[in-house]
Amino acid sequence: MSAFDLSVITENLPFLWEGLQLSLLLTALAVLGGIVLGTVLALVRLSGFAPLALLAASYVNLIRSMPLILVIFWFYFLVPLVIGRPVGGLYSALIALVLFEAAYYSEIIRAGIQAVPRGNIWAGKATGLNYWQIQRHIVLPQAFRHMLPVLLTQAIILFQDTSLVFVVSLRDFMTATSIVAQKEGRLVEMYTFAAIVYFVICFAASILVRRLKGGTPQ
Amino acid sequence: MDYNWNWAVLFQEPYAEWLLSGVYWTFAVALAAWVIAFTVGSLIGVARTVPNRFARAVGGAYVELFRNVPLLVQMFLWYFVLPEVVPEALGHWMKRDMPNPQYISAVLCLGFYTASRVAEQVRAGIQSLPAGLTQAGQASGLSTVQVYRYILLPIAYRVIIPPLTSEFLTIFKNSSLALTIGLLELTARAQQITDYTFQGFEAFTAATVIYVAIALLATLVMHLVEGRLRVPGMATREASGS
Repeated sequence: MSAFDLSVITENLPFLWEGLQLSLLLTALAVLGGIVLGTVLALVRLSGFAPLALLAASYVNLIRSMPLILVIFWFYFLVPLVIGRPVGGLYSALIALVLFEAAYYSEIIRAGIQAVPRGNIWAGKATGLNYWQIQRHIVLPQAFRHMLPVLLTQAIILFQDTSLVFVVSLRDFMTATSIVAQKEGRLVEMYTFAAIVYFVICFAASILVRRLKGGTPQ
Repeated sequence: MDYNWNWAVLFQEPYAEWLLSGVYWTFAVALAAWVIAFTVGSLIGVARTVPNRFARAVGGAYVELFRNVPLLVQMFLWYFVLPEVVPEALGHWMKRDMPNPQYISAVLCLGFYTASRVAEQVRAGIQSLPAGLTQAGQASGLSTVQVYRYILLPIAYRVIIPPLTSEFLTIFKNSSLALTIGLLELTARAQQITDYTFQGFEAFTAATVIYVAIALLATLVMHLVEGRLRVPGMATREASGS
């Protein structure tokens, strides 16, 4: 094996950049979907309506005891079967990521909601607001402000998680790196490069989150 | 939706053996990796709290390095890259003579990765203890090592049992990544059965049920352990609300 060859990276940069864009797109969509679905799950669990709360809790605990790869395989198998025709890896991977991350987001959001002082809720009730109005206007705005650093930290973890779409050959940054590595026979260069790129993005993001955490009053 | 149910496939030759062998490898990877994770994680976690700037910096760098690179990339680094960058003789041995290279790479990868997460829990556990404990230890003439050995660690480990339990469960889930380097653990076997029989529902349900059972079992055991080892008056699962 000859010395570290950087040209294999520069020559394939456009292809790798496309992969990175897909990784970022998957992350953005899964964060969005995960937070929306996670909020719904958290609110249902805290609504006090026992049958639905139990259902939401079971869902969260089920997903949290499964590996993400298994969830990705599940939907890679299920989605075409339900729709009745092959739809490609993107949609099934996206559904899997959203449903998987929603379980983790719902736990963060539930803790955030519970940290809002009870007096706020009583005040809302006393003013004649119903449960959803109290959540919408009083609890959630405060909860989200407090949770922002944790939600963003989870987004960094999610960005790393998207690399697992590799198992269904979706061309994210990880898969693109691997394709180039195999094609050019340059595994050392390509996987080291992947590690550096992921590290720089995640480390920079985590420093930003830490700064944000220092900026918001606890 | 058109689907032919056939649960019996899970109990047929050779698929039943495949599943069992998958469970075996999942446990083999997770438990061996946990030994590394707990040992190295404890060392790094302690290093991040000792009164020595160099040790703290090394511990901090370790955690940031392993936490900010996806586990899948780390898996490939251990399996594909490491044999190429070590001294040639060792690399040759790793590629040609090392027994079960997928297993060893997966265990090392998961172990050193999870160590960074265990380290954070150990550090948090030690830092959650009142400074008076260390001061009292020093005042009675204990060395730093003795303060850790006899005062801080025995309490810290008991405080962090709940988060360590969740790390222990995570290592079982993360062991599924070993399939990317060709180790046929539980998830890989479920996928393999699906490829051979098209009975994806049955195969993935079996894998899901087994993972859930592992989670329930581990949670139950650790709950009992936690109950027996609880430090009177210290934060518990209920009190801390986690």
